[in-house]
This record gives sequence, C-alpha cells and structure tokens, in this order.
Amino acid sequence: MAEVMRSETLNISNNTSSLASPELLHVLAVDDSIVDRKFIERLLRVSSCKVTVVDSATRALQYLGLDGDNNSVGFEESSAFREIPVVIMSSENILPRIDRCLEEGAEDFLLKPVKLADVKRLRDSLLKAEERVFKNIMHKRELEANDIFSQLKRAKI
Amino acid sequence: LHAMNTVVAQLQRRFQDYLVSLYQQGFLDNQFTELRKLQDEGTPDFVAEVVSLFFDDCSKLINSMSRSLERPENVDFKQVDSGVHQLKGSSSSVGARRVKNVCISFKECCDVQNREGCLRCLQQVDYEYKMLKTKLQDLFNLEQQIVQAGGAIPQVNIN
Repeated sequence: MAEVMRSETLNISNNTSSLASPELLHVLAVDDSIVDRKFIERLLRVSSCKVTVVDSATRALQYLGLDGDNNSVGFEESSAFREIPVVIMSSENILPRIDRCLEEGAEDFLLKPVKLADVKRLRDSLLKAEERVFKNIMHKRELEANDIFSQLKRAKI
Repeated sequence: LHAMNTVVAQLQRRFQDYLVSLYQQGFLDNQFTELRKLQDEGTPDFVAEVVSLFFDDCSKLINSMSRSLERPENVDFKQVDSGVHQLKGSSSSVGARRVKNVCISFKECCDVQNREGCLRCLQQVDYEYKMLKTKLQDLFNLEQQIVQAGGAIPQVNIN
C-alpha cells in the first residue's frame, strides 16, 4: 500500500533568518493506518517538521485545495504544486515498483517500518536541495542587480 | 534519601531486565526501540498510546476477518488478505514481532485460499496480540512505578 508524504517548499525570501527557523518543512503525511499515522506524526515532529496528517488521498487533495470542488487553482497551471517533493512510504519492498515511483517523479522512497534516521536523512537532503535553489535565486538576483547598476552607471544616473 | 535511591535503582533494574527479556523472547524487535526513541519527558505516554491504538486495530481486524472466514462455502479471501496486510503493517510499525510473523504465515494461507490454515492463523494472531498486550501492560506498570518513585526511565540498549 503506497502512501504519499509531501512537503511545501520554504517561501524563498531575502530574509535569511527564516533559514534558521527550526520548523522549515511542512509535511502533509497520508496514511490509511491509524497506527502509522500516529507514529509518523510523532516521527516528523521530533524531526522538527510541521505536520498535517490525513487518512486518504482524497483528504490530501482536499487539504491542498486540489479536489476540484472549490478548485480555483488549475492543477496544470500551478507550478508551485509541481515543486512540492513527494515521498512514497510503503511496506512493499519490490524494486520495479520503487523504480517506477522514482521514475514518475517521487523525490524518495521510504521502506516501512520507517525509522528516525530515515526521516532525518530525508529532511537533510530536502533542505540541502532547497538551499541550492535559494542560493541559485540569490545568485541570479545578484547578477540582475549588477546588471542594473552597470546600466545606471552608463546612463550616468 | 539513600533508601529511595535504592528503590528507584531496583525498579529501574527490574524494568531493564523485563524489557530485555521481551526482546530476547521475540515479542519485540528493533522497531519497538524506534518507538521508544520518540518518547520523552514531554510525551511520556507516547509508546503506550501507539500500542493501545495497535491493540484496538488488532481486535477490530480480527473480528472482521473472523466474519469473512465464518462460512466455509463463502469465504471473502480478498477481505481477509486486506486485513492481514493491515495487521502486518501495523505490527511491523510498532515492533510486535510475533504478531508480525504470524501475519506472514497467515498471508500464505490466504494466497492459496486455505480456510483451515487461515482460521489457525487467526487464532494464533489473536493469542499473540493478547499476550503482548499483557506483557506491555506489565512493562508500563514498571515504568509508572519508576516515575512515581521519582526516577527516570532508563535508556535500554538492545544489541
């Protein structure tokens, strides 16, 4: 039974102090087992994540506002949702299925039962990826700023 | 004060020995250690709460599987398989090793649609979860005694 864990990306801003905040990742955990929900919720909280837990894919879509009922955001149009990493958690250790998940775009695959070390590893790798994105954006802004400065200089403003 | 310390030390020793014996006898595995890692002074009832949910889950699933297996001429093996899968998953998540192992045999009986085998496994899984429930209740009682005596719950390392 495959379950999905999603996390929203950090709101990239010039405010670098937000990187120092303890709760960087907000995770939407989806699992139909009440035992696993309780377990994963605590696991994520202990790993400094903000957690929302739901019991089905339907509820997950409702939570994200993608359930089509009051859906003002077109799923295809919203690139923000495309950026959200999806992590699969499953007890099935079938390699072709795992590969398929990853090929279809899953960020990672966690084999159940999940351990604290698994979540810590995942969190670290997700934050590193976000840091890279942040640095790229800052670098890009710096280049743009330099460009504008040069233009102003040339125009002798 | 010295007398109190001795009482706490004794209780801690009893707790440790009992917990180790549960691992040694195969009632619990590594995953139970993972559960304990998530408990702290701020959440002293976490493990007890999770296993309580697990035991409720066991009871519910065993009842529904029992109903599915009831009539020999009309067994819903799909439902039984689904129940076994859920039971295997949750027992695996809490470290209930014996329960999980019965589920492995149970699944095999289900796959070949062996009703008699399934009924045996059902009885076994019922026995095992109730046994574990009793054992863990004793463990939690020891934990409570330590806390009431003013002591800390020992970190137990299982190799």
